[in-house]
Amino acid sequence: MKAGTKYLKLSGLEPLVVTPETNFVNIGERTNVTGSRKFLRLIEQGDYNAAVEVARDQVDGGAQILDVNMDEGMIDGAKAMTTYLNLLAAEPDISRIPIMIDSSKWEIIVAGLKVVQGKSVVNSISLKEGEENFIKQANTIRRYGAAVIIMAFDEDGQADTLERRIEICKRSYDVLVDVVGFPPEDIIFDPNIFPVATGMDEHKNNAVDFFKTAAWIRENLPHAHVSGGVSNVSFSFRGNNKVREAMHSAFLYHAIQHGMNMGIVNPTMLEIYDEIEPELLIRVEDVLLNKRDDATERLLDFAEQIVDNTTERKLVVKEWRAYPLQERITHALVKGIDEFIVEDVEEARLLAPRPIEVIEQNLMTGMNVVGDLFGSGKMFLPQVVKSARVMKRAVAHLLPFIEAEKNGKQEAAGKILMATVKGDVHDIGKNIVGVVLACNNYEIIDLGVMVPLEKIITTAIEEEVDIIGLSGLITPSLDEMIYVAQELKRRDLTIPLMIGGATTSKAHTAVKIAPELTSTVIHVNDASRAVTVAGSLLNKESSQLYKDSIRSEYELFRAKFLDRQETKEHIDIETARSRKLQLDWSTYEPKTPNQLGVQVIADQNLDVLLPFIDWSPFFRSWDLHGHYPAILEDAIVGEQAIELFADAQVILSEILDKKLLTAKAVFGVFPANTVDDDDIEVYADDSRKEAQVKFLTLRQQLKKRAGKANIALADFIAPKETGVQDYIGSFCVSTGFGTAELAKAYEDDNDDYNAIMVKALADRLAEAFAEYLHKEVRTKAWGYVADEALDNEALIKEAYKGIRPAPGYPACPDHLEKSTIWDLLQVEENIGVTLTESLAMWPAASVSGYYFAHPDAQYFGVGKITQDQVVSFSKRKNIDLKEAEKWLRPNIK
Amino acid sequence: MTAIEEALQKNILVLDGAMGTMLQAYKFNEADFRGDRFTDHPCSLQGNNDMLSLTQPEAIKTIHRKYFEVGADIVETNTFSSTSIGMGDYEMEAWVYELNFESAKLARAVADEFTNANPNKPRFVAGSIGPTNRTASMSPDVNDPGYRAVTFDDLVISYSEQVQGLVDGGSDVLLVETVFDTLNAKAALFAIDALKEKNNWDIPVMVSGTITDASGRTLSGQTVEAFVISVSHIPLLSIGFNCALGADQLLPYLRALSQATEGCTSAHPNAGLPNAFGAYDQTPEEMGALITKYLEENLINIIGGCCGSTPDHIAQIAAVARLHQPRKIQQISI
Repeated sequence: MKAGTKYLKLSGLEPLVVTPETNFVNIGERTNVTGSRKFLRLIEQGDYNAAVEVARDQVDGGAQILDVNMDEGMIDGAKAMTTYLNLLAAEPDISRIPIMIDSSKWEIIVAGLKVVQGKSVVNSISLKEGEENFIKQANTIRRYGAAVIIMAFDEDGQADTLERRIEICKRSYDVLVDVVGFPPEDIIFDPNIFPVATGMDEHKNNAVDFFKTAAWIRENLPHAHVSGGVSNVSFSFRGNNKVREAMHSAFLYHAIQHGMNMGIVNPTMLEIYDEIEPELLIRVEDVLLNKRDDATERLLDFAEQIVDNTTERKLVVKEWRAYPLQERITHALVKGIDEFIVEDVEEARLLAPRPIEVIEQNLMTGMNVVGDLFGSGKMFLPQVVKSARVMKRAVAHLLPFIEAEKNGKQEAAGKILMATVKGDVHDIGKNIVGVVLACNNYEIIDLGVMVPLEKIITTAIEEEVDIIGLSGLITPSLDEMIYVAQELKRRDLTIPLMIGGATTSKAHTAVKIAPELTSTVIHVNDASRAVTVAGSLLNKESSQLYKDSIRSEYELFRAKFLDRQETKEHIDIETARSRKLQLDWSTYEPKTPNQLGVQVIADQNLDVLLPFIDWSPFFRSWDLHGHYPAILEDAIVGEQAIELFADAQVILSEILDKKLLTAKAVFGVFPANTVDDDDIEVYADDSRKEAQVKFLTLRQQLKKRAGKANIALADFIAPKETGVQDYIGSFCVSTGFGTAELAKAYEDDNDDYNAIMVKALADRLAEAFAEYLHKEVRTKAWGYVADEALDNEALIKEAYKGIRPAPGYPACPDHLEKSTIWDLLQVEENIGVTLTESLAMWPAASVSGYYFAHPDAQYFGVGKITQDQVVSFSKRKNIDLKEAEKWLRPNIK
Repeated sequence: MTAIEEALQKNILVLDGAMGTMLQAYKFNEADFRGDRFTDHPCSLQGNNDMLSLTQPEAIKTIHRKYFEVGADIVETNTFSSTSIGMGDYEMEAWVYELNFESAKLARAVADEFTNANPNKPRFVAGSIGPTNRTASMSPDVNDPGYRAVTFDDLVISYSEQVQGLVDGGSDVLLVETVFDTLNAKAALFAIDALKEKNNWDIPVMVSGTITDASGRTLSGQTVEAFVISVSHIPLLSIGFNCALGADQLLPYLRALSQATEGCTSAHPNAGLPNAFGAYDQTPEEMGALITKYLEENLINIIGGCCGSTPDHIAQIAAVARLHQPRKIQQISI
């Protein structure tokens, strides 16, 4: 860039200097609500992501300045301008070019000026409302540091002759330069491009006058520039794009010759001057240059003969099979249709020089469209997983050919290791993230579930992975993740970590994992974010900046979090016990259960469970948020939810018809009393002499206001000293038998969509089974309610009497008591559900817990406990303090 | 023409070095920061270096004096964070005008001592205007790119108060420095331009941006040329770069700057890059040698030091500056 000359200099993130050698400067014009219906609709609907993409298209298409206009009565223009320009500022590819703030409303112009860091152009001001106002506005624009477009408009109206144009431009220039002190090189005139060939005599000279004005300005107003909106000139030929394109091109050709050096042009509406049909060009130029009296008629005659083929593109729906090959492949990937993919891919293979190129060219072209749509929120997770299924099938067809060639290797965007940590068996979320990342051309090394630390680290080193993704659902997994971080640090590995899974949180990641690591760790709890995060981590140019920003964001978060922690006051465990929930046992008569002792359901009929399914969490596991059934009518995700739900029904009926899954349960109700405030003794029989097992419960220690109890589950069972003969129940259900095999079968068939679907459905069935069994126990085996008539919605809302808390959940966050349940019910022997070293249940689609029958029993959260309770717990449990700390860590203050 | 504009035509002017680095040596504790006046202030004040102008004025004057003694022509007021936005962290918004006014007065008094002792070498006070701790064109939340923690209007209000105090206290020039987001700087310039018009001031303005890393861009993403274009709508005494990089890393950007501007240039780099403990190891001799390169290439009109630089560094810089001619200001060709 050369200093010292009076050139128009503008800037986004990069400079734009308009010198005499500069070619015509293209101003992108699709980001204009008055000029683009599509852009208007996006802004009206608040779809700013898609609106940003319109800008990106303009920049990619060669726009050197981006014109942004929000002048529409139904939208708050100043607000829309601010929001949109702020979003553009976050896109370096777009914000590298200067912005043209286009509005006829002064407040919208000012709103725009307040948010652009570069030197922009205001479009426009004029003498329309008098000199005083003009001076004030120009002075403000100068102070904000922008150039300005001046319309040829004054108190008497818009200039429509050569003389008026010259008069107004001259007067505007003199006021700006002499009175305001506006730099002359920052002044751009728009001397009004008006239509020609309108049939009216006074319009015949419109183009000629514009050309002459442009030349006059460049000669007489030093350093000033000339711009204009070109499409106006062809207004009379709306609907005939061929003629319009020729007119635009010819107009520009002559305007540039006369000194116009920038303009608003739609590049798709522009024919190349040299390629205009000679006969058409003659007639167009006759009109523009007003060469003959009958020029308009002659152009109209010619226009009628032209078959305008640019607008004729009618296609019947479902006829996509007639599209060209690439479009068919893209269509199949975007729509997730795998019906014809093998056929299409085979066709592509026969055409391609090498089979690998079908993946690199045809399939990746389609997957990039999927990635873009998903990234901009126009596709949802289940669709993407379906796309992945089509992709996998296509690749499976090609693989033998590629291997036969022996030298094909696809270049992946990066290698990502995914693992559910040791002791944990939950993998639905991890699999979804893996599939979505794979769709985006990342190579995924999925180590599966229950992966030991050592295996994660050695695989990461051997495979030279770029990112490690860790997943877990149960709380002990949180510690496992910390161990992985510590080990990475110990070995000086700087591979970034992505953390996800139901119990993980940004707080835990920032507070417990980040400090253990020299590299970057990011909490990513939904699949759609995983792609952007992975992309940012692996972007060669900006990854360091991104990592630094994540690190400082987490540091700040940690500091704030720890700061907040200090403010909560806790009381010691003895005091907490003295403030336990005091139920009136003197008036309470526990129902003697109809059946005592352990009972087994070896093969539960699944059909019975269907009405008990709570579907909302099912949609949540696919990142579709909302309540069932309302979600099916949701404006945004409704369509997708219906489709997903329909797909789920297909798999579900197959499971039921073919009995692909087996459901089993073990449960029992036992005599029980609370001892020493916090422990529940469970007796072998009603003599209550010998305690068979003891359930330890945890008590809230948060300081509460007077009258509010510090609750533990033990409070819901009558203390031994009351003499009340109370009872407790316990259960374990599983619908997971067969899930792994079924999912594996789908995976082997390259169908991750249905593999994930099977697991998600098994989880829902397990929860439904737990709900169903609870009802059976309430009304039959225990029978403390005989007359219950609740519908499914009421069940989900837990409107019934009594609770069924599960170890690992807020009322009893410690997983250790699962072992006690296993002892009491002989779970493994009776139904074959086992516990991992982290006390996760296998098969994963299992639920276990307690039953409490007292009408005042309620769900609650234990929250944070203090060290004294941990010490007490370890003594009562007769385990090492260290071990107790390990299991209770997530809850220790 | 103001006195500083006159001096700039004749010589390379030397700016002072770091204030923070010098203050660290005093090891002031909370009570020292509070002084007698802020004993009851509701929040901790330790680390609020700018308030030492009120509670430890002798220390500030001593530091200014040390820089003048080794040959600095310009010292910066101790006001880098003295805006209502910066002082919000310490609940000291109510003292912003006073902080700027008193800081400028302290520097003014010391500068006048030296000018009176040697009228042939007039000394100047630059009112230091930092970037604040918020960015107007970037979101602090990666998940919400459209969000802004501060608006242009907030910044204009905040900067106006600071500028009024700095000029009332006797600054010779205003220095908008360490610009990491150009929109923040544009707000400062907007405030300055409006106040100049309102009060009929004739005070020159310096702008100094910050290139944060080897990408050669500001934190907000602009190239050197784009940055220059974006702040050149207000007449500037000089434009330059400071902080973040050492003198050697800054060199290529000063070359680009020298090409991009027709006015005077400035640079006050750090004393190298910080070591693992955040300290700066570059010796005065090393820094002097690197600066010599700037001057040999004739890139610079105003030179000084930023983080980690001490009076010893400035002594070296002043010594080499005396041996070189200032960069020729290009004639505007019409």
